[in-house]
Amino acid sequence: MDPKEALKVSGLSRSFGSRKAVRDVSFSVFAGQAVAFLGPNGAGKSTTLRMIAGFLEPDAGDAHINGASIITQRAQAQRSLGYLAEGAPLYLDLSVRAFLGFLARTHGLTSAATRDAIARVAADAGIGEVMGQRIETLSKGYRRRVALAGALVHDPLVLVLDEPTDGLDPNQKVAMRALIRRMAATKAILISTHQLDEVEAMCSRVVLIDRGAIITDTTPAGLAAQTPGGRLEDAFHALTLAKPPAGEMAA
Amino acid sequence: MSIDWAQEARQSANAVRAIYLRELSAYFLTPLAYVFMAIFLIALGAFTFEIGRFFDTNQADLSPFFLFHPWLYLIFLPAIAMRLWADEARGGTLELLMSLPAPAWSLVLGKFLAAWTVAGAALVLTAPMWISVNWLGAPDNAAIALGYLMSFLMAGAYLAIACAMSSAAGNQVVAFVISVAIGFLFTAAGLPVVGGAMGPGMADMLASFSLLAHFEAAQRGVLEVRSLVFYLGFIALWLTLNTMWVSARKGG
Repeated sequence: MDPKEALKVSGLSRSFGSRKAVRDVSFSVFAGQAVAFLGPNGAGKSTTLRMIAGFLEPDAGDAHINGASIITQRAQAQRSLGYLAEGAPLYLDLSVRAFLGFLARTHGLTSAATRDAIARVAADAGIGEVMGQRIETLSKGYRRRVALAGALVHDPLVLVLDEPTDGLDPNQKVAMRALIRRMAATKAILISTHQLDEVEAMCSRVVLIDRGAIITDTTPAGLAAQTPGGRLEDAFHALTLAKPPAGEMAA
Repeated sequence: MSIDWAQEARQSANAVRAIYLRELSAYFLTPLAYVFMAIFLIALGAFTFEIGRFFDTNQADLSPFFLFHPWLYLIFLPAIAMRLWADEARGGTLELLMSLPAPAWSLVLGKFLAAWTVAGAALVLTAPMWISVNWLGAPDNAAIALGYLMSFLMAGAYLAIACAMSSAAGNQVVAFVISVAIGFLFTAAGLPVVGGAMGPGMADMLASFSLLAHFEAAQRGVLEVRSLVFYLGFIALWLTLNTMWVSARKGG
């Protein structure tokens, strides 16, 4: 495995009953890259991410995170992974500081390292002023940033973010994108999204998925160039619309 | 890449501690633990003094007090444990938990120990009963200490059922109802009326699986090793089932 190949997804497949949600999905993400995992709603993005994160067992295939298999070396793989799940689930009854402390302790950080890590992610995510507040009192934008800070607290090599800007207002989106771009300098980041402006703003590569299968793996410019107008939106429509409704597929 | 078992063990211990502290804070930062302990103590007092006729026995012991522990645990302990996994499923935080580098068993153990601590705290708060009987007479304190120890173990057994059901059912109310039903079966199996209906051989076999029957010897001040082994094994069995059910959620 190439040392810079931080995330390697090989032949992941998953069915729910008779419905094939993800079919033989393979791609890699290298350190220093932010890759958009693009697809319409129900294309299989979240299912793929859940398998990468170790929350769902694949029917076939594997994902290697920093060289460790999520199937056979789950804990080892998860130590190099920061995962922001869809909807950014949080413990609402905890303060921001207690929540981050809980995650840091679970990752095995010492007390001193936990303090340093919390200070670092609080600055990175811009949540320093709400550290003592209970999460349930925070706005949606702050909650997203707290969830992202949680994914970063153990300084993972690989970040998997499921729709990180979903539900944020335009200002919050700009701040979140700037943060992700900064992190992409050293980390391998996979961002699940169906927002095309997000792809152009943050990502150097696009993996397009539809109906559970990879359609193309290219740069945003390369994707846009696949239609005469050279627009990302046109290419997305052309590649994902001329087929049976994607709503048939699992989320 | 090989697995570093020493690091895995450290990681698991860290996870048990982290989830234990998180659950303990969830109990004590909200009214849940306080309400549970207050109602439990009121109910225990009412049963001991009103139904158990504590003062009418004219004996300096805690038999009327220990008598009702299984029946109160049967109702109260599922109430504090039903949220443990059902809440994670409802709030979506199960996905967060399962993406952490912690084996499922460590999460199960951490949650169970937190709930058991709350039950233990409630038991500690009954200490004035023990002090009272010492003030009233000269009780066998070793027997009372044994009663407390076995009561604590029995509480763990009821909690282990409820923890497992919380993960299996994924819904608090359903988890509570099923936990009470299963707990009742394992309690009633030791009742004479049940054993009498089954015949002597079957009665003994049923009683050997009863949480109530194993507590009765301790109430008489007799330490039976098989009862200790039974409670610990019972807890281990249900926590294993709990771990299996949590892990099975990865199957979607």
